[in-house]
Amino acid sequence: MKNALRFLAIASVVAATAAAVASAPARADAPRVIPVAARRFEFEPKEIHVKKGESVVLEVTSQDVTHGFFSRKLGFDEDLAPGKTVRVPIRADEAGPYLVLCDHYCGSGHGGMKMTIVVE
Amino acid sequence: MEPVDRRKFFKFAGLTLGAGALYRFAPPARGDGGGLMDALGRANGERPAPFTFVQFSDTHVGFSGEPDPLGTKAFERAVETVNALPETPDLVLFTGDLTHDSEKPGEHAARMKRFREIAANLKAPLVKCVPGEHDAGLDGGTLFRENFGETHYSFDHRGVHFVGLDNVSLGKPAVGKEQLAWLQKDLERFPKTAPIVVFTHRPLFDLKPEWEWFTSDGDQVMNALAPYENVTVLYGHIHREHAHVEGHAAHYASRSLIFAFPDPESGVPKKPVPFDPAKPFQNLGLRRVSERPPSRPDVEQVELTLREYAGTVGIQQLLRKGEES
Repeated sequence: MKNALRFLAIASVVAATAAAVASAPARADAPRVIPVAARRFEFEPKEIHVKKGESVVLEVTSQDVTHGFFSRKLGFDEDLAPGKTVRVPIRADEAGPYLVLCDHYCGSGHGGMKMTIVVE
Repeated sequence: MEPVDRRKFFKFAGLTLGAGALYRFAPPARGDGGGLMDALGRANGERPAPFTFVQFSDTHVGFSGEPDPLGTKAFERAVETVNALPETPDLVLFTGDLTHDSEKPGEHAARMKRFREIAANLKAPLVKCVPGEHDAGLDGGTLFRENFGETHYSFDHRGVHFVGLDNVSLGKPAVGKEQLAWLQKDLERFPKTAPIVVFTHRPLFDLKPEWEWFTSDGDQVMNALAPYENVTVLYGHIHREHAHVEGHAAHYASRSLIFAFPDPESGVPKKPVPFDPAKPFQNLGLRRVSERPPSRPDVEQVELTLREYAGTVGIQQLLRKGEES
């Protein structure tokens, strides 16, 4: 009996939450979404500016072959299969330029495939 | 980084050519290591014995451009240099980027063939290769395997266990779970004091991740090697010398045979050091390393010059198209 009551209580909370989410307008503090294109041997845009502490989601899509999307300091290392968009959430609390590079070998111009995220 | 008691290391004396490094392997005398020698003899069927070997790296056969208009000349000179050594090395290791890739049909295969033709001139009885990303990053190592066999493997030579690791064929700077499992199994039969030489293309530690000078699971490789007290890791990729000691392992990068990259700590961008016609093999010279346990090794820089090591009179001969110098 106790378990059944607990189940009902949880179910009620879940239902209420679902209703609230369904009816809620888009939150003002939702992360900013920035699309990034990857193709041999560049990222577009080459430079992105974000604010310190700002939550941003990069939506990265390879337009040709498999690329990598890597930054040790920002803590991500993604494979970018052609045509598939990968969401990369970022948030940096320290200002400065952060280099992002393709770390999946994509041809003899691979070494120059990089972009910069500038945290201001 | 932890300080290391270098007395635990076997004695290595190295001579780094533009070619790479000549290593002299000298196990301890019986008085201080006889038991170990016996154990190693039982483990791999052969007691350690002194010998030398050479490391070549980043020959990039097929590349010819502004940073090195001489193409394979440095590689060819390095072969001559090693062949002229008073003591023929037992072994030559190539630590990747043997060739520069090309997407023109048939061209990369032709470059592999050219590499083999030049390497075939080495007098050393044994030549072993691992791939770099320019050899195997685009096709997962298919062409490399056709020319050189497996991309990772191990073998024993005069009591030293050599492990060739592939951290390029996955496309990413990684060894991968399968190879890690293989490595752990491969090392099982050895006592903790076994001398182990790992040769691979990319550094197995975070040397400069922003320049892609790392292996993402290199820490797992080094964890697998951590119980072993005599580990030397030889690698290339960075086109410059570098020495790094961490735990029981000493990591050495070889210079390339095509062009040099600058010091990443100098704050300059990652671009090849410009070619200097007056000093065509600059930064492709010699590094002599002498281990004198328990002291730190002596490092002597010796520039590879045409006069001393190639027997030619000047760079203009090399730059003249089609002329054999």
